[in-house]
Amino acid sequence: MSDAIRMTTPLSDADVEKLKIGDRVILSGVLYTARDAAHARLVDLIEKGEELPFDPQGQVIYFVGPTPPPPGRVIGSAGPTTSYRMDTYSPILISKGLKGMIGKGKRSKEVVDSMKEHKAVYFGATGGTGALISGCIKEAEVIAYEDLGPEAIRRLVVEDFPLIVVNDAHGGDLYEKGRARYAK
Amino acid sequence: MREVDVSLITDAVKRMSMEANTRLGEDVIATYAACAMREESETGRSILEQLQRNAEISGETGLPLCQDTGVAVVFVELGQDVHLTGGALREAVNEGVRQGYREGYLRKSIVEDPLRRKNTGDNTPAVLHVELVPGDKVKITIATKGGGSENMSGIKMLKPADGVDGVKDFVIERVREAGPNPCPPTIVGVGIGGTFEVAAILSKKALLRPLGERHPDPYYAALEEDLLEKINRLGIGPMGLGGSTTSLDVKVEVHPCHIASLPVAVNIQCHSTRHLETEI
Ligand code: SF4
Repeated sequence: MSDAIRMTTPLSDADVEKLKIGDRVILSGVLYTARDAAHARLVDLIEKGEELPFDPQGQVIYFVGPTPPPPGRVIGSAGPTTSYRMDTYSPILISKGLKGMIGKGKRSKEVVDSMKEHKAVYFGATGGTGALISGCIKEAEVIAYEDLGPEAIRRLVVEDFPLIVVNDAHGGDLYEKGRARYAK
Repeated sequence: MREVDVSLITDAVKRMSMEANTRLGEDVIATYAACAMREESETGRSILEQLQRNAEISGETGLPLCQDTGVAVVFVELGQDVHLTGGALREAVNEGVRQGYREGYLRKSIVEDPLRRKNTGDNTPAVLHVELVPGDKVKITIATKGGGSENMSGIKMLKPADGVDGVKDFVIERVREAGPNPCPPTIVGVGIGGTFEVAAILSKKALLRPLGERHPDPYYAALEEDLLEKINRLGIGPMGLGGSTTSLDVKVEVHPCHIASLPVAVNIQCHSTRHLETEI
C-alpha cells in the first residue's frame, strides 16, 4: 500500500487535483455533516438565493447521522451513510465550491461529472465502523436544523480521519477498478 | 395456562436492543478473522481488521457498532399456552424499544409516515412479527436492521420454469447491483417459495441463523455454498473497493408454494449483523 496523504480542510483546487483513486488520505480539520433531509433544505435555500448555514467554498461534507453522545463524549457512533441518496443535491453544492464529500457507495454520473468540472473529490470511509471513527472526532456542534435530530447539520472538527479516494476530479472510479481487478 | 406479565417482554426488548448494538456474535467475529486470512486485497484485509477493531472499541466504550442502530425488527414466538397479562404485547415491545434506544444512546431512525417523514423521536414503532406456536414459552428475537443494506434488497416472482438457475441469477444480480452500497462483506438472506410476503419474511429470518451453519437439507446446503462461492467471485470485496470477500455467508430458507409460482426474495444484511434472542 502506498503511503497515506495528510490533508487539512478547507481543500483547494490544487489539493483536490493531486488526489487519485485508491489514494489513502488522513484528513483533519473542519467537516460539515449532512444527510438527505439537510441537503434538501440547503438546495432549497440556494434555489431561493438565500444564505446557507455555512459557506460550502472549499469545504467537505460528511454524510453521517450520528448516534447521540453518551455523557462525557462529543459525539456517539459516527460512520458514513450511503451516498446515492444525496446524488440529486450534490452537483448543486459542488457548483457552489464544495470540494469534498465523505460517504460510502456509488455516486451517479451527474455527480462524477460535476466533480470533474468543478474539481471535487469523493472519499470513502469504512461503513459500519462508527465506534472507531468516533475517536477521530474532537468537536461537534449542531449549527442548523436541530429539528432533524440525527440529520441536523453539525460542524465537526476531526483529527486523522482515515479515508480512501473513490472518485477523483479526473473521472476515476475505484469501485469499478477494484471490482474488475478481483473479479474471476 | 402460564401467565406472563408483558413487562418481562419490555425488559427483554430493552436489554437486547442495547446489547445487540454494542456486541457482535462470536460467529461474526470469527468469520471476520477467517475472511481476513483469505482476503486477496490488502485494502480488503485492512477493512476486515477495522471491523474487528471497531467491535472491540464498541465493547470497551459502549458506543454503538454502527451509527445506524436500525429499525427494531422483533419476532415473537408465542406459546399458545401462555396468557399475557398487564397490557398489550405490541405496546410492551414498543416500550422496550423506546427505553432501550433512549438509555442506550442509540439513534432514532424511524419516521411516523413514509411520505410525510417526521421522526417519531423514540425509534418506535418496532416491526413486529408474531407467530403462535405450541408450548408455554415466549421466544423473542430482535434484529436491529440498518437502512443501507435493507435498501439493497429485492423480490421477484419467477416462473417455475426458471428453476434453480433463475434463483441463482436473481440473487447474484442483486448482490452485483448493490455493489458497495450495503457495506460489504454482507450476509445474503434468500427466501424461496411461499407467496410474495412469505418469501420476504423467510429472507429476513434466514439472516438470523449463525454464520457458517448450513441448511439441514443437503440440496439447499449445496445451494448456499454455490451462491457464496459465486458471489465471492464478483470481486466487489470489503466496502466494494475490490477483493475476494463480498459476502460472509448466504442463507436460504424455503416454503411450499403454488404450482404456478416461484417467488424469490433477497434480503441483504451488512457486516454489522446485530441480532439476539431470548426465551421467557
Ligand atoms: S449498511 Fe449496516 S454497517 Fe453500513 S451503515 Fe448501514 S447499518 Fe451500518
